[in-house]
Amino acid sequence: MGEKTVIILHSGDMDKVYSALIIANGALAMGMEASIYFTFWGLMRLKKGELNKGPLSKMNMMGLGRQMIKQRMDKANVASLERLMNDFKELGGKIIACEMTMEIMGLSKEELRTEWIDEWGAVGSYIQEARNANVTLFI
Amino acid sequence: MLSESFRFFLGVRILAEMEIDVRGQTCPVPLVECRKALKKASPGDLVIVKGTHPASKKEIPMACEAMGLKVLDIEDKEGGKEWEIKIQR
Repeated sequence: MGEKTVIILHSGDMDKVYSALIIANGALAMGMEASIYFTFWGLMRLKKGELNKGPLSKMNMMGLGRQMIKQRMDKANVASLERLMNDFKELGGKIIACEMTMEIMGLSKEELRTEWIDEWGAVGSYIQEARNANVTLFI
Repeated sequence: MLSESFRFFLGVRILAEMEIDVRGQTCPVPLVECRKALKKASPGDLVIVKGTHPASKKEIPMACEAMGLKVLDIEDKEGGKEWEIKIQR
């Protein structure tokens, strides 16, 4: 242990949430520590029942493109975001929720999936996490 | 698999074998399920992973090497459509 991956998830787009969770799970599976800092549109995905509700980052076409990609993902047997999140937590992944975003968006803790959230923080929490990280990404 | 208390009661080290089937699963499930099994296994236990996802065949051994675990065998099955990896925890 000791090696670490820290990801900032700024986007709430479905495909980018997938990227963040797949990379973070990969890091944990390969023996690293991993944490994801959910901020701005990304934080919206931590609202109850919203994890898989994001649009597609490109070719969303009012949800039509998203529907098509979803079908293709099902066909390719891609795991659901809910499952990836549960695996992430089971393997010891850490989730930090951005407090400033909560203030801007007018969100209360009760509206979020608090069972997933390990820490509530600001930029200092991210820097502290990333200070000794080997991999850090902004998605 | 024997429970920890039962092992303690017996006072002996019995090596367990754990098999996980991730055939038909895609990235990152084989890697993640393998890690979950390794976490549950005790030192010395054998974890056998069966899968079809091509990249995982080389990435699971990479993960094991990074974690200092021994890959005992990598075998192709079903004419190369499936693989089986044996790992010692």
